[in-house]
Amino acid sequence: MSDTSHEYLTFLLDNEEFGVDILCVQEIMVWSPVTELPGTPDYLKGVINLRGVIVPIVDMRQRFGADGVDYDATTVVIVLRAKRENKSIVVGLVVDAVSDVYKVENHDVKQAPDFGTHINNQFLSGMATVDGKIVIILDAKKLLSVDELYQVTMSAIPQPLAS
Amino acid sequence: MSIDLEQFHQVFFEESLENLDVVEQALVEVDVDSDIDSEVINTIFRAAHSIKGGSGTFGFTEVTEFTHLMETLLDEVRDGVRPLTQELVDALLKSCDCLRHWFDCLQAKQDLSDEQSKPLVVIFENMLNKNSALASTEVNVSKTTAGTDHVPLHHWQITFIPHSEILLSGNEPIRLFRQLEQMGEYKVIADISGVEDIDQLTVDECFISWNIELVTTTGKEDIVEIFEWVIDECTLTITDNIPTVEANNVPEIGREMIAEKSGAIVEEAKKPKTKIEIAQKTKTIAASSAASSIRVGIDKVDNLINLVGELVITQSMLSELGNNFDMSKIERLSSGLDQLLQNTKELQENVMRIRMLPISFAFNRFPRMIRDLSVKIGKKVDLQINGEHTELDKTVMEKIGDPLVHLVRNAIDHGIESVEERVAANKPEMGVIKLDAYHQGGNIVIEIVDDGKGIDANIIGQKAIEKGIVDDVSKLSDGQIYDLIFEPGFSTAAEISDISGRGVGMDVVRRNITSLGGRIDIESEVGKGSIFRVHLPLTLAILDGQLVRVGSEVFIIPLISIVESLQIKAELVNKVSGNMILYRLREDNVPIIPIYKEFNIEADNTELDSALLVVVEGDGRKVGLLVDDLLAQQQVVIKSLESNYKRIEGISGATILGDGSVALILDILGLITQTTPKKSHSNRSMKAA
Repeated sequence: MSDTSHEYLTFLLDNEEFGVDILCVQEIMVWSPVTELPGTPDYLKGVINLRGVIVPIVDMRQRFGADGVDYDATTVVIVLRAKRENKSIVVGLVVDAVSDVYKVENHDVKQAPDFGTHINNQFLSGMATVDGKIVIILDAKKLLSVDELYQVTMSAIPQPLAS
Repeated sequence: MSIDLEQFHQVFFEESLENLDVVEQALVEVDVDSDIDSEVINTIFRAAHSIKGGSGTFGFTEVTEFTHLMETLLDEVRDGVRPLTQELVDALLKSCDCLRHWFDCLQAKQDLSDEQSKPLVVIFENMLNKNSALASTEVNVSKTTAGTDHVPLHHWQITFIPHSEILLSGNEPIRLFRQLEQMGEYKVIADISGVEDIDQLTVDECFISWNIELVTTTGKEDIVEIFEWVIDECTLTITDNIPTVEANNVPEIGREMIAEKSGAIVEEAKKPKTKIEIAQKTKTIAASSAASSIRVGIDKVDNLINLVGELVITQSMLSELGNNFDMSKIERLSSGLDQLLQNTKELQENVMRIRMLPISFAFNRFPRMIRDLSVKIGKKVDLQINGEHTELDKTVMEKIGDPLVHLVRNAIDHGIESVEERVAANKPEMGVIKLDAYHQGGNIVIEIVDDGKGIDANIIGQKAIEKGIVDDVSKLSDGQIYDLIFEPGFSTAAEISDISGRGVGMDVVRRNITSLGGRIDIESEVGKGSIFRVHLPLTLAILDGQLVRVGSEVFIIPLISIVESLQIKAELVNKVSGNMILYRLREDNVPIIPIYKEFNIEADNTELDSALLVVVEGDGRKVGLLVDDLLAQQQVVIKSLESNYKRIEGISGATILGDGSVALILDILGLITQTTPKKSHSNRSMKAA
């Protein structure tokens, strides 16, 4: 792959299409029951055992402040993996559906405007237009950062679990 | 063309540190008053020599020069020219410390300081100067690290005019310059007036000559030595004078200066730190921080290979069975599965054994320490070590080192009496400290035994009351009183020495040990001595756990912290102020922690009457955990939650159960401190009341 374009895996959340760098996607799996962690925010559903690795599962709808939906056999979990500070970090994201893989030229990724979407700006890396649709590109590195994904917006969660 | 030597650094450091241990051990054994075993000297010499050789190869000049001094001295000792004096042994021991410090710095890619080495170099040089015949050249070499104030600086003016065919013989002038660079501040001026027009140039001929100014303490012989290989292929003049010429500065062109015809002079002034070095530094920091290695005996590895072989056989048998399976083969299947179980168990044990190291790694530092301390405080102490082959997990070993040092120091400082006291008490002058390690069940026990004055429970009790740690000791057993010395802020030494007695030690010792999942207890008899016994789990990766269920969740309680499990009798439950519920367990009052409330889970049962209570103990305090059901006891492999998430209060980790689901391991200590008020003696005062 050339340096001038990237491939993105896109998924649907509340009828909006989001993309993440496909190189950070380890696998896509169906929802399986989790072990809940006490004293954690709502959007962190719990942890699962993925071939011996304990992987936290985050509901992206709830993470972005929307209401969660019930999970069923078609609920999809995208497992992201990236290296940070010499160790690899894994996280599973619960999304509505996986959509497509697009190749996007880097110069086609535009700076995201600061409106029109209810997601938190911190994960946005840009927006791209593909086949007339707008795809919101998320920064996988930030999604995988423990600080960014879990901590920063703990205060922004309307009602944290009663402790 | 160039081999990246960095990749061997780690090995070199490890080997050198091992060699230092060898030197140190041998030195500690040396008794200067009696005849010295020549083999001991040889051992020391060999170890020092390999460090020198290695550091030379990797370009750690400071280390090379320093060990060279050591080696010179040792060589004289070996030849019988120089007696091995106590002074020399002390200096050599100190230089081990210095080298160890340097290796730490090198590993961390820090600059070496000569803070420690300087006084030692002076000592060594003084010794060497007494037998001056051998000494002169060595002193000069070492001076470059030790500071240049003693020996006059030479300003060498070197003219180096190589014959044009010098390159054909495989000699590279730059290499010579690099060696000169090591000697001090130098400046090379290339004279390229001999260079022909570019079309006349041939690659294998040298047209350049050099004028070198070198400011150094090094003597002429050493400079000539550098040029030894090329002496027949050049014209070389070396004179000592004050620098006269300042060259016209021309922008630095670097080492490929052949094509440059316009400027007449190329200057390459260099100080020891170059850009290249810095670049390499940053490059390798990441690599070095990650690399921590372990040496494993070949027999352990062979064992593993055998076991994996068996596992493969079992696996192929099972998969063949699965290919065309019918119910008639069920017996073979079950025996195959049994075999698989056996194989995995053995494999697990053996893999764990790889991380095990003999405890001598932790014990080895004590002979030296005891020697130094006993000299310092004027007590006579004999150290006896037993069970040094007992194996222990590497992580546990690393963490137990400091607490052990503390306990041993205490044994010397507080335990063993001074010679006069011992004589007065009809004891042999020489005090004895015994270190013993052995396995007991799934634990390792380390004993630190001294035959000193013992711990007087009365004094401890009084002291504890004075310090406000307890109100009343009359109802405490001796064992409970001994436990008080682990309380923060407790120190019995009337005088604070620099060895121990600041009262910060023992509570840290106990905290370190409990954080490893172990415990410490004390036995003592006044006038006879004390025994400190440290119990530790063999490994941190696996733990024996009790599975409990609360609602739909399964939690694991480490078996080591469980005191007992019981069914609650309603009449023994007391509600006290706040939300605290106490349960009367014989003469103890134990606070009840309902897990479902703590973790906000829906439990089957929230009634206390006849509910199940697991009583656990941590940090000397007991609490009862309210659970719905007790499930199996099993060994669980600890997985960290922090690797992909972060720490959660009350949870120490997670594990994967047989059905593939994740279960959380309770952090008993965390739960206790989190839920019971921070009055650490509540239990005790309640007991006393």
